[in-house]
Amino acid sequence: MAGMSGRMSTVIKAKISKLLDKAEDPGETLDYSYTKQLESLQQVKKGIADVVTAKKRLGMQAQKLEQSVVKLDTQARQALAAGNEELARTALERKQVAQTELQSLDQQVAELQTQQEKLTESEKRLRTKIEAFRTKKEVIKAQYSAAEAQVRISEAATGVGEEMADVGLAMQRAVDKTEDMKARASAVEELEAAGTFEDLTQLGSGQDDIDRQLAELGAGGMVDDELSKMKAELGMGSAPAAPAELEAGEGETKP
Amino acid sequence: MIVRIMGEGQYRLGEDVLARVNELDNAAVAAVDGDDEDAFHTAFEEMLDVIRNEGEHLGDEEIETSDVIVPPPDTSFAEAAAEFTGDGLIPD
Repeated sequence: MAGMSGRMSTVIKAKISKLLDKAEDPGETLDYSYTKQLESLQQVKKGIADVVTAKKRLGMQAQKLEQSVVKLDTQARQALAAGNEELARTALERKQVAQTELQSLDQQVAELQTQQEKLTESEKRLRTKIEAFRTKKEVIKAQYSAAEAQVRISEAATGVGEEMADVGLAMQRAVDKTEDMKARASAVEELEAAGTFEDLTQLGSGQDDIDRQLAELGAGGMVDDELSKMKAELGMGSAPAAPAELEAGEGETKP
Repeated sequence: MIVRIMGEGQYRLGEDVLARVNELDNAAVAAVDGDDEDAFHTAFEEMLDVIRNEGEHLGDEEIETSDVIVPPPDTSFAEAAAEFTGDGLIPD
């Protein structure tokens, strides 16, 4: 293994030697290796299942957000038609937050999809290799003396061990990404819990918190644009609409 | 020589191809040393392409140990610092 000098190689070498150190005699090495391989395959399957679960969770959140976007847009129109510009503005601000979250969720779902495909490929590769090892193991048992068998077993176990280590690291990367997304998903759930995307008729004491979050997300400017557009659509003209104190209050908050 | 691209599988490389990969390996080390992220990605991606296109892909049922292990294609510049040091992946 002359060229294995990078960190990746060192990690893999360590994993393999740990695997091979466990057993002394050939028969034991064979059985131990094979058991480990099957365990590793199970872990990969579990890893794929975790990615799928995370993807589904994000997908469901995205669906809910889509509904919120539609609902808030309708409410903004209704509020504006009824002459309640302040309420319309609040609805649009919330719509803006929901849309931003929605975009980020869609991106994450796509990323998880890629992870899932990669892991599925790795799982297939490892499965084929383990099957080849199983066949080889029988041949070794039947044809070679103990001393020869030891060498061949070592070679085969090292080869499959490398594949296991590769899949293991790929899975670790996928899990890390999934963890990031879980944190993000929880953040969206917190916004939901705070009532950020809720029906405006249910506006309650949580309002201050929501306003602070809206300000942090810097939705102000885009909301102004959309409000003017909506007014034009409703035939209200783009008259000097927003009262001065509102302008000052909402301002150009940077995220 | 057998080369593994992490997460992708193994390739069998002839001496001449390995020499080209070694050159790109050294270029990647130089880029990391010079803190030149663009140059690193250029060298690394070309290295991956040479291995994939010029190497012979090993079948899934072949059980071989790799001589060289190349980090995964989505390796970031920050992660590369741990891989592409000294002689790089392939000793000179």
